Amino acid sequence: MSEKPEGCVKPTQGPIQSAPETSDASPVVAKEVSMIQARVGKPAPDFELSAFFNGGFKNIRLGDYKGKWIVICFYPGDFTFV
Amino acid sequence: MGVEVFAISTDSRFSHKIWQEEELSKMVEGGVPFPLLSDAGGRVGSIYGVYDEEAGVDIRGRFLIDPDFNIRSMEVMTPEVGRNVAELIRQVKAFQHVRATGEVTPAGWQPGKATLKPGPELAGKVWKVWKPEQAF
Repeated sequence: MSEKPEGCVKPTQGPIQSAPETSDASPVVAKEVSMIQARVGKPAPDFELSAFFNGGFKNIRLGDYKGKWIVICFYPGDFTFV
Repeated sequence: MGVEVFAISTDSRFSHKIWQEEELSKMVEGGVPFPLLSDAGGRVGSIYGVYDEEAGVDIRGRFLIDPDFNIRSMEVMTPEVGRNVAELIRQVKAFQHVRATGEVTPAGWQPGKATLKPGPELAGKVWKVWKPEQAF
């Protein structure tokens, strides 16, 4: 994957939606269903985000880690107390 | 256990860098050994059900994903109470045991404790082989 030079802003794909099952499903209809896609026993929603790791910045896509056990932890913010 | 760990907040990658360098590295030698991801705008938190629109942050949520990329467990908390890492490790070991053996793990299972083998012979007979005291 070719990484662009580091800048102030680094766009990422964010959530990566799988292709809709029917081609005529309009985005308007899709927005009316719940945005929450995470369910136990169901596939993990894929995403790509920028990250800090090992002293550098890189984009990380969750789907690249298929085949491994994965834990993702959301937390309210850097420098928070708990 | 072989688990890839990712931590995600709505902070920028620059904030992550300074937090790692200025604080986390003073708690853990060399800093935490996993990537800190930036979920700007809570786009990913929204689809995982952990984005708090009023606060503009991802609240505390933890998701365990198996090698088939299916979510096996999740825990979502309001931010003021921290996680129990021992419980996460127990769940990882339990799900790995189930995946490897096809057995199931009763409440409070820890490695070395009794497992159950589901089947018609066991239906209605769990009370013979497992006692509630074993959950603690």
